[in-house]
Amino acid sequence: MNLRSIVEALQLEVLTGDDLLDRPISGGYISDMLSDVLAHAAPDCLWVTRQAHQNVIAVASLLGLGAVILVNCPVPAALIDKARDESLVLLQSDLMAFELAGQLYALGLRGCRRD
Amino acid sequence: MSIVYGEMFLTESVKFFWGCTVGEQATFEVSYTVEGADFSIAGEGAARLKRVLQQVGLPPALVRRIALATYEAELNVVIHAYRGVIKARVSSALVEVWVEDQGPGIPNVELAMKEGYSTAPDHVRALGFGAGMGLPNIRRNADALKITTVVGEGTALYMTFAGPSSEV
Repeated sequence: MNLRSIVEALQLEVLTGDDLLDRPISGGYISDMLSDVLAHAAPDCLWVTRQAHQNVIAVASLLGLGAVILVNCPVPAALIDKARDESLVLLQSDLMAFELAGQLYALGLRGCRRD
Repeated sequence: MSIVYGEMFLTESVKFFWGCTVGEQATFEVSYTVEGADFSIAGEGAARLKRVLQQVGLPPALVRRIALATYEAELNVVIHAYRGVIKARVSSALVEVWVEDQGPGIPNVELAMKEGYSTAPDHVRALGFGAGMGLPNIRRNADALKITTVVGEGTALYMTFAGPSSEV
């Protein structure tokens, strides 16, 4: 499954990286704790969070995540600039994290975990 | 051995050191400073080190482990200390990373190594830090970790990672 099909199916807003949507996605991970994501999220997975600050981009970029989906939070301009600088796909959804996760799962996406 | 500091090593010269003459171990060193409490550029040192390690062609999984452990150590400096420095010495056999700070030190290292234990203040936790997983994440990703700390003075982490040519 690639990012474009997920973005279209769930009508996600693409904040950065609309030229990178052909990227394949390996699964999903939800957490608002950065060290938890660093410990367990796998490369190429989607990260769903409501932490909207630049350290999220640093972590996602460091791990080589497929995209970050921000839920239920305002998005500062500096965050978008940082994501663009790092060539990271930043998405936004109007759904609550729980509903978004359910819809991602219904699309066939599964949780990813790197041990 | 060549020593390169900061910005300079985002240049072609790194590739040269790595692919150095047979018979002499190609080694280079890098260093970055870290400012305490500056969350706007937190993780920049780890990100730069990652780019350099990618440039010299270390395996992606190894680069990820080094970057991740360095990021956690760098964030510990930003969260807890006044300032610090990240130093790395890279050869094909071994990657060594030092993260040293001037800061409060760690009163109980054994406790700090426990997953879930954190002394991060609330405003830092609100950013998603302070899960109490920093040092455990470092231990999990580094092949060896040594912590030297003096309360009221600072902390020095020394991490090593076996390089691609280490399995001889």
